Amino acid sequence: MHLEEFAEGSSFLHKADPRVKIIIFSLFSILCATATDLKIPLYYLIYSVFLLFIADLKIKPFLSRIFVANFFILFIWIFIPLSYHSNPYTTVGMFKISHEGLRYALLITVKCNAIIIATITLLSTSSVFSLAHAMLHLKVPQKLVTIFFLFYRYITVIHEEYLKIRQAVMVRGFTPRTDIHTYKTYAYMIGGMLIKSYERAEEIYRAMLCRGFHGFFPLFEHFHTRKNDIIFGIISLSSFILFWTIK
Amino acid sequence: MHISEGVLSTSVLFTGAILSIAGLALGLRRIRNADIPKVAVLSSAFFVASLIHIPIGPSSAHLVLNGLVGVLLGWAAFPSIFVGLILQALVFQFGGLTTLGVNTFAMAMPGVVVYFAFKKFIKKGRNTAFIGGVLAGASAIILSAVLISIALLETEKSFIGIAGTFLAVHLPIALIEGIITGFVVVYLKKVKPEALG
Repeated sequence: MHLEEFAEGSSFLHKADPRVKIIIFSLFSILCATATDLKIPLYYLIYSVFLLFIADLKIKPFLSRIFVANFFILFIWIFIPLSYHSNPYTTVGMFKISHEGLRYALLITVKCNAIIIATITLLSTSSVFSLAHAMLHLKVPQKLVTIFFLFYRYITVIHEEYLKIRQAVMVRGFTPRTDIHTYKTYAYMIGGMLIKSYERAEEIYRAMLCRGFHGFFPLFEHFHTRKNDIIFGIISLSSFILFWTIK
Repeated sequence: MHISEGVLSTSVLFTGAILSIAGLALGLRRIRNADIPKVAVLSSAFFVASLIHIPIGPSSAHLVLNGLVGVLLGWAAFPSIFVGLILQALVFQFGGLTTLGVNTFAMAMPGVVVYFAFKKFIKKGRNTAFIGGVLAGASAIILSAVLISIALLETEKSFIGIAGTFLAVHLPIALIEGIITGFVVVYLKKVKPEALG
C-alpha cells in the first residue's frame, strides 16, 4: 500500500521544517474555515494555489484527490441553491434558485478546495513519520503520538495479512454478492484479521519491553529550522494578517 | 462518514473539537502503557477493514465498523478513531483538520455508547452475543449519521435536504454493519474470547 504519494520530491516545501508547516497549516485552515465573507477564502485559495506551484507535485494523483473531494461539494450544489429560501432568486423551469444559496455553495466550495490544496502542499509533502515526530514537538500527548506511530507502522503489515486471508478465500471460489453468506465471509475475514493484529500487538509489546519501552520512544533525529523556514513562516503569517485586514 | 472542510459553522466546529478533546483525554487515561500496542494495531486493522468495499445490491459501501471499535475498545475508541481520521485527512484528504473534532466525536461517541449499552449481551451466550453485535453495529452507524445530521442542521437550516439524504443512505449501511459486527463478535467469541474483554 502506497500512502505517501506526495511525500517524494525535493521542492522547497518537501524540505521545509514540518513543525513550521504544521503551524502554518493549522492557522490557515482555522482562519479559512471560519471566514464568512466570500473574499477571504478566495485569498486563501490563491495562497494555496501559489504553494502548489512551489510544491511541484505529480499532476495525476493531485487531480484525482481534488475530484474525490469535490464529490461531496456536488451534493451541496444540488441541494443548497434549491432549498435555500431567500430573495432574490432566479426561476429555472419549475425550480427557484436562490442567489444567497448560490453564494453559500460557492463559499463552501472555495473554502474546501483551498484547505485541501493546503493539506496536500503543506502536510502531504512530509512523511507521516516526520509529521508524527513534529506533533511531539508541538506538545501533542506522547501516548497519542505513540499510538499514531505504531498504528501507521502496522497498517502495511495488517494489510498484507488481509491480502493473504483474501487470497485464501478467493482460491476457495468465493464471489461477493448481496447475501448473508457474503457478509458472514467478510465478517470472518475481519475477525481473522483482528485476531492476527491482537496477537501481533502482544508480540510487539514484548519486543518493546525487551528494548526498554516505558511509554514513549526516544528520538534520535532532530529538526533544524533553517533561515528559509523562518522567512516562509513570516511571509505566510503576514499574508494571513493581510487577508484579514483587506476585506 | 466525514464532513469536508469549509462546510460547518465555527460554533459547530468548536463544539465538536471540545467534545472530542474530552473524549480523547478520557480514552487516553484508560489506556495503560501495556495497552498501547493493542490499541494501535487494532486501529490499523480497523483502518484496513474500512478500505474493504462490501456489495449492497448494485452498489457497494465501505465498512465503518465504529460499533465494533467501540465494543472492543470502549473509551479507547476515541484515540483509535482519531488516529484513523488524521491519517485519512493526511493521505486521502477525506475530512480535515478543522472538522477533525466533529468527525471524531460523531464516530467515536456512538462506539462508546454501544459498548456500554450492549457489553452485557456480548458477554452472554452465542445467540445473545450475535444479537448484541448486530444491535451495536447498526445503532452505532445510525447514531453517527444522526450526530452528523445535527452538525449540518446546526450550521444551516437549509441543509435539511442533505441531512435527510445522508440519514436515508446510512440505513442500509447500518443493517449491513450490524450483520457483519454480529458475525465478527460470534467469531471472536469462538476463537479468541479474551479479545472481547
